[in-house]
Amino acid sequence: MKPSSFDYICPETVDEALASLDRAGDEGKLLSGGQSLIPMMNLRMVQPEVLIDIGRLEELDFIRVEGEELVIGALTRHNTILHSPLVAEHCPLIAEGYQFVAHHAIRNRGTLGGSLCHHDPASEMPLVATLLDAVLVIRSVDGERRVAAVDFFVDIFETVLEPNEILTEIRFPRQFDGEGFAFDEVSQRKGDYAIVAVGCRFLVDKSICKNVRLGIVGVGAGIKRIVAAEQSLEGQPANEASFSKAIDVAVQHVQPDADIHADVPYKIELVEVLTGRVLSAAAKRAC
Amino acid sequence: MSKEHVTLVVNGQTYKKDVDSRMLLSDFLRETLGLTGTHVGCEHGVCGSCTVLINGKSARTCLSFAVQCDGFEITTVEGLGTVNEMHPVQQAFWEKHGLQCGFCTPGMMIAAVDLLNENPNPDREDIVEAVSGNLCRCTGYQTIIESVERAAELMRNSERG
Repeated sequence: MKPSSFDYICPETVDEALASLDRAGDEGKLLSGGQSLIPMMNLRMVQPEVLIDIGRLEELDFIRVEGEELVIGALTRHNTILHSPLVAEHCPLIAEGYQFVAHHAIRNRGTLGGSLCHHDPASEMPLVATLLDAVLVIRSVDGERRVAAVDFFVDIFETVLEPNEILTEIRFPRQFDGEGFAFDEVSQRKGDYAIVAVGCRFLVDKSICKNVRLGIVGVGAGIKRIVAAEQSLEGQPANEASFSKAIDVAVQHVQPDADIHADVPYKIELVEVLTGRVLSAAAKRAC
Repeated sequence: MSKEHVTLVVNGQTYKKDVDSRMLLSDFLRETLGLTGTHVGCEHGVCGSCTVLINGKSARTCLSFAVQCDGFEITTVEGLGTVNEMHPVQQAFWEKHGLQCGFCTPGMMIAAVDLLNENPNPDREDIVEAVSGNLCRCTGYQTIIESVERAAELMRNSERG
């Protein structure tokens, strides 16, 4: 058998899961959809002593609107979110980003919370959550805390989560009425992780860009929001000249590394082209 | 190490077994139950050949532990049809030469079944998207896409019946 041995625990409530996780200490690992963890276990890159399967915790599987927020349970499957009318209505950037996430069979099992906690540096949802100013609700046996997405992601495969904590829900402020948004990426094959992915959103008020969010993944470990590029567009007219300046600033602020799929000049070109595409597409949508 | 008692309903038949917690569903199907129709290729979620239906939805068996599926219903390629009474998807793959070596075929057919259950009238783009998670090294995919188009037609016809 490929993965190393582990003790399996299948709690029936979040409280039970928190207690099990706390007892397991550093030896414990949570299993939700398993679409990233199990391959790593098959390759023995990860060898947990105790595996706590939260895949049956229905209390973490929901999508609902609470006031001005769209709230998604951490265990909600990718395909459920991709096809949700509530998501399409209140946070369409999530649905747009999901067009690029994995393949159908993977999306049937994989979960939003799992994807955020795994934090593959080229995955789409950490970027989308950051662009939408999402707040992540985290629980442990000691209580609950809330962390802004922008502070949650630390480095490649690393977040602020402590070993005894569980991400329980993700709270997305509803997108503004009439705001422009877009997400685009280039990957080796459709459904693969992005080589470079870019997303943005902004309001256009009397032809002026406001509340600009622009982010890129695939261009350096900790990089998501490109604040300098956001600032260069903030308060400027929504036209090609402003976009072109923002693209230049974005290019100056990325630090991609070469890998087996792409060298640095190619990634820089992707940043240029994709940033241009999403800014134009978002401007067309804004009204 | 930890043994777990599981009950799985595979192709309509109930199996109660003790399994190692680390046993993948793919190994459970092939080695414990002898259902070797589910093929194992890459064993880390890339190739799609081990795809089955878990509670009616396509999923990779190399990315699930058997113990996670306790109480679930699994459909493998053996559950689709028989030589004498083929599932429309199997019939269509036969008619349209949707396979050569046959290694990817069980996974391809399950992906097709999942698509057609949700969308009885897929366009070519939908089909390409649906099989995009499954690798085939023989056919160049064209005959697979034609097979799924044909399967949709057969299933629509049989419904009109």
